[in-house]
Formats: sequence, structure tokens, C-alpha cells
Amino acid sequence: MAESVVFQPIVSRPPPLSETGLWHWARERLFGSVTNSLVTLICIYILYLLIPPMLSWAVFNANISGTDRSVCAANPGGACWTFIKVRFVQIIFGLHFGQHPEEVWRPVLGFAMLAGLFAWLLVPRTPYKVQVGLFTLFGFPFIAYALIQGEWLGLPIAPTNEWGGFLLTFTLASVGMVFALPLGIILALGRRSNLPIIRAISIAYIELWRGAPLITVLFMASVMLPLFFSHEIDLNKVVRAMIGISLFQSAYMAEAVRGGLQAIPRGQYEAADSLGLGYWKKMGLIILPQSLKISIPSIVNTYMTLFKDTSLVAIIGLLDLLNMAQTASRSLEWKGYDFEAYVFAASIYWVCTYSMSRYSQHIERKLDTSKRG
Amino acid sequence: MSGKSRIPFYRNPAVRGVIAQAVVLGLVAWALFTIFNNTVGNLRARGIQTGFQFLDQVAPFAVGYSPFIDFKLGESPYWLVFVIGIQNTILISILGIIAATTIGFIIGVMRLSPNFFLSRFAQVYIETFRNIPVLLQIMFWNFAVFLPLLPFPKDSLGIGDEVFLNNRGLYIPKPIFMDGAAPWVLVAAVALGLLAIILLHRWAKERQYMTGERPPGLLYGIAVALGLLVVVFALFEPLRFEFPVLGRFNLTGGIQVPLPLFTLWFALSTYTASFIAENVRAGIVSVSKGQTEAAQSLGLKRAPMLRLVIIPQALRVIIPPTINQYLNLTKNSSLAVAVAYEELVSLWAGIALNQTGQALVIIAMTIGVYVTLSLLTSLVLNVYNRRVQLVER
Repeated sequence: MAESVVFQPIVSRPPPLSETGLWHWARERLFGSVTNSLVTLICIYILYLLIPPMLSWAVFNANISGTDRSVCAANPGGACWTFIKVRFVQIIFGLHFGQHPEEVWRPVLGFAMLAGLFAWLLVPRTPYKVQVGLFTLFGFPFIAYALIQGEWLGLPIAPTNEWGGFLLTFTLASVGMVFALPLGIILALGRRSNLPIIRAISIAYIELWRGAPLITVLFMASVMLPLFFSHEIDLNKVVRAMIGISLFQSAYMAEAVRGGLQAIPRGQYEAADSLGLGYWKKMGLIILPQSLKISIPSIVNTYMTLFKDTSLVAIIGLLDLLNMAQTASRSLEWKGYDFEAYVFAASIYWVCTYSMSRYSQHIERKLDTSKRG
Repeated sequence: MSGKSRIPFYRNPAVRGVIAQAVVLGLVAWALFTIFNNTVGNLRARGIQTGFQFLDQVAPFAVGYSPFIDFKLGESPYWLVFVIGIQNTILISILGIIAATTIGFIIGVMRLSPNFFLSRFAQVYIETFRNIPVLLQIMFWNFAVFLPLLPFPKDSLGIGDEVFLNNRGLYIPKPIFMDGAAPWVLVAAVALGLLAIILLHRWAKERQYMTGERPPGLLYGIAVALGLLVVVFALFEPLRFEFPVLGRFNLTGGIQVPLPLFTLWFALSTYTASFIAENVRAGIVSVSKGQTEAAQSLGLKRAPMLRLVIIPQALRVIIPPTINQYLNLTKNSSLAVAVAYEELVSLWAGIALNQTGQALVIIAMTIGVYVTLSLLTSLVLNVYNRRVQLVER
């Protein structure tokens, strides 16, 4: 019996010291050439000029104590976070909860529940994902509405037109996201359809909405939507904005989904045909599961745009996060602290959008490795 | 085949297709008809006459800013307001596109720089500007930075003695063309200069094919053009500059760029630049390393390598999404409502709509302008993509 020899590679030697570590990194990235070193020095100087004053304004010298503007007026060199602290509930949850801070637990509980549901869905290897997902989509909105609005549960009523701040931004964005995706899928399928009339209608719809700026669509929703319905139907301003945002973003969603549809090789369509599947089964079981997976990054991108674009409702007078922050900074009490208000609102938007973009990059990377492996 | 085994008509895909289309068409037509009917009914109930007649009426309000078209209060009709709106939209778009492209290219190239600080700075720039709503940025620059922090006219910030910035706007020198033939000589000189550049460039190319040596044709061309300009300016004096002058309370003369336009331009260009920078980065990264190595092994120096090998291939990836960004910038310029710069949406769909109440016609006209622009853009893009694809094969 021949003795089998197992190939045992020699452990490779570590690279020479000059090619690794901090020293190498600094030589490559900071002082690679004369110009490079010069640029590095200039950059360090600029950072030295910028960072200390910014930190001093925002952190070390900032005002956060007290409850009125006299604190900030006494120390004008620092940021006035007192203003944000005092108006925090109002900027996040709107006028109603700003006036009734004892009811704030309701939206907070709503957000906490949603965060729990999301955690359940995003963490890998939790059971009942499908059921939880369906509940998040179809059950949770009613619970959240009951909880925050309060009428169904016998709590003090917080009328929807007094929802505001981040709560309103979030509600608008969620409704837009939930409705724009299915509409977008249908439109994308319509645009790729073989039936000429359906294709023409889809193309006309998509190009019309994509051509117009959102602000004109919102004007239309707030000025003209009442004209379109018979007068018995009286829509609340928030609902009108929701309709406008959903219809508008569904056109962009259609283009995101279409990109995925186009990436599916023709063989998949033909395979489904040769199995004898009808159109809906072919799309629902073979094509869409693959193409939606491919288009997740562009769908998340559209969601990011949608989230940022909800700020446009400020122009038609809804008190969303942007408008609430601005209104707070224009109140007689806190006049002149626009800077702090905008920085605060911007950082909330930034955290939300940036985490969405990181998530999309994460998904993209995950899909990439699955292809290579 | 016997009649019995034939597919029943309701299973025939062709028949089903026709039926499905008829149903969808019917539904859409019904929806449009209902909307139309309701609208007409509602308008009649409110006593609003819809139509285009109001376009010829005299507009009873003043237009604040119109750099090229003359607007006379009490004489000019509504359609001129519409044209001025389009003019101002085009103005901010062109200014924004130029600035956004410049900033975007610089930031995008910086993002790829080997220098740690430069590439990190570019990254911070991109992630900051991209992830904050543009409306918030416009308002931030307007209400939190420029309006409160810029000085009053009497303390204007000056860049040299030619350019001033204060809380009313930006003041730049104004070129004034002289009377007579001199300006036409200038136009002719510019045309001749351009012609010289093209011809000398072609000549250089031909020489390269014939001899293998490439004379610096472009350089000669630019020298000829500049020489022509110098001669024309020395001999004819075709234009003069009118400089803004700081008086006791205000600046006079020069071109005034009102602060809303300046703010909007600043905010839109910095915002759009972050997207263009990402496009530029993606485009340059998309050119495979083998291309660089192939160019180097052909003995090309760095400049011709970039010009002849890398950039043409990167541009193919950069240009389509960048043109889409230009379109986005144009559409985002409608956020001028927030700072009261009078472009199409704030002037026409805002002021004119409030004055006339003609919501239907005015919104339709506004959307029509944007949709036309967007369709033109996709047309250009399709043509470009087709040409690029041909080059590829």
C-alpha cells in the first residue's frame, strides 16, 4: 500500500517590515512624493484651523443648561443646545405632543415596537420571518395609528393634522415606501410587457411623473386633488401629500425595478415558458424573486431619495421635521438660533439616510460574494 | 386537428392579451374621464373659467428679477411672466451645472487621490452633502449663513476692487460692448480663433499619421487665438468693464446677482457636486487596471495615457448618470420657492397661480416645461448611448 503524501504548504513568511504597518502606510498615503507631503501639511494646517473652533462651538463652549434664551445670550460664542433641549419633543413629535409632553410615551412606544420588529426582520436566523414581516406591513400600522392617534384606545386624541416633526416625516416616508414599491413593480412589468397598449400607458405614466419636479406634484396634490374628486370626499392635507409622494416615487421605483428585470437572462424567461407557466406564475415564481434581489441597492437608493424628499412638504405648509425645526427657531422665544435648528434637523436626516446607504452597500457586498462563490 | 381539441378562445394568449389591454384601457379612460368630469364640475361650482385667455391679460404684479427680458409693470401680459420664469430656470440651471461639474470633478478626483487626507476630505464632503435633503441645505445656507452673516452693503466683502459680496447679493463687473463695428470684429476674431484651433489640431493629427511625430497643434491654435484677441483688444477696444462702486450706503454699477440666486446657485451646485463626484469616481475606477498597464507598455507618458486611454473610457461611464444629475439639478431649482428666487415654479406656479387662480392651466404648463426638458434629456442620452455602444464593438 502506497503511503499517501499530503501536500503541506510552508507557512508564508510575513512581508518585510518596510512594506507593512503604520510606517509604510504613512509613507504611501501621506508622504509618497514631494507634492504629496506638501498637500498633507496643508491639509493638517486647514484641519488645525477648522476643527478646534468647531469643537469649541459645538461641544466645549456650548450651552445646554437652563430653559430659556438668557443662558445662550450670556455666552454667544457657543452653540445654543438649550433651545434644542427645550423644543426637543416638539421638533421630534410635533405640536400636539409638544403641548402635551405627558403623552409622549405613545409615539415613543410606537417607535420602540417598530424598532423591535425591524430588529427581528434584519437579524439573521430568527423564526417566523414571513409572519412578522406581514404583521409589520399590515397589522402594525393600525396599532401605531391607534396608539398615537389615541381615539380607538380611549386615550386623549392627538389629531393627525397635529402630528409633526420627525413623526410626520417618518409617517410620510413609510407610507410612500409601502405604496411606491408594489405600484413600481406593476409599472415596471407593464413597461416590459409585450402588450403595446399596456406598455404605452406605463411608459407615459413613468415619464410624466419622472419629468416633473416633486414640488409641482405636491402643489398639484394640495391645490388640484380636491378638484379631481367629487366634493363629498374631503381629504386631509397629510393624506394628499401621501398620495402625491406615493404616485411620484412609484415612477422612480418602476425604473429601479426595471433595471433588475433587464438583468435577468432571457433563458430564465424561456425556461419558465417551457415549464408551461402562465404570465403571473412566471413573473411571481421565477423572474421577480431574482430581479428584485438584484435591484435591492437601487430600491434602497430610491427609498433614500424618497426619505429626503419628504422634506418638500414643508413648502406646502406641513410641519415635518424641517418645517418644525424652522418654525421653532422663528418663535419669538428662540429667534436667531436658526443655525442650531438646521444642524439638528440635518443630523437626524443624515443619520437615517446614511444608515440606509450603509445597509444598501452591505446588501450589495453580500450579493457580490454569493455571485463569486 | 379536430374541432374539439382546439384551445378554447379564453386560453389563447393573443385573445387574452387583447382582452387585458381592453380592460386596462377602459379603466384608465374611465379614471381620466371621471377626473375630468369632476374637475369641470368643481370648477363650474366655484365659478372659475378655465382656459388660456388669461395669458394675454396684463399681469398686475412686478417681476423682481429678469436679467435679459424686459418686464414692464402694467403693460406686460401673463405669457411674458411664463417666459421670464423659464428664462430664470434656465439661468440657474446653467450656472449650477457649470459649478457642480467643476466641483464634482475636483472632489471625485480627490476621492481617488493616494493622499490620505485628500481622499478622506472628499469622502466626508460626499457623504455630508449627499445625505441631507437639498431643501434643508438651501434653507440652511439662506437663513442660517448668508442672510445673518453677510455684511450690510456699506461693509461689503470685497475681492480686490472688482467683486463684492454682501447681504443683498454678489456684485461683479459688467462687460459693456462699444457702439459701431468693434464688437463684430471681436466676434469675428473669436470665430477665427476657434477655426484656427480646429484646423491646427487636424493638421497635427495628419502630421502624426504621416511622420509619427506630433507637433503641438492645439498649443499653436490657442496661441493664434489669443494673439488675435490681443490684437483686436489693442486696436479696436470692443468692450469695456463697468465695475461696481461702493457708495455710502449701496453699491452701484456692475452686474448684481441677487442673494436668492446666489444662495440657490451655491446650495444646488454643492449638493449636485457630491453626486457628480461619485459618478466621476465610479467612472475612473471602472477602467480596468489592464488598460493602464497596456498604455504604459506601449510607452505612453502619463498625460497622453490619461488623455487617450483612461479618460475616454471613463467618460463613457461618467456622462450618462451625470446628465441625469443635470436634469435633477434643473428640477431641484424649483425649490427656489424657499428663498424667493423667481424661477418657473415660484413665479408661475406660485405668484401667477395665486393671482389668477388658474390652477389647472398653470400647473399643466409648468409640468409641461419640465417634462419636455426631461424627454429631451433622455433623447440625448439614448443617442449618446447608441453611439458609445457602436464604438465599443
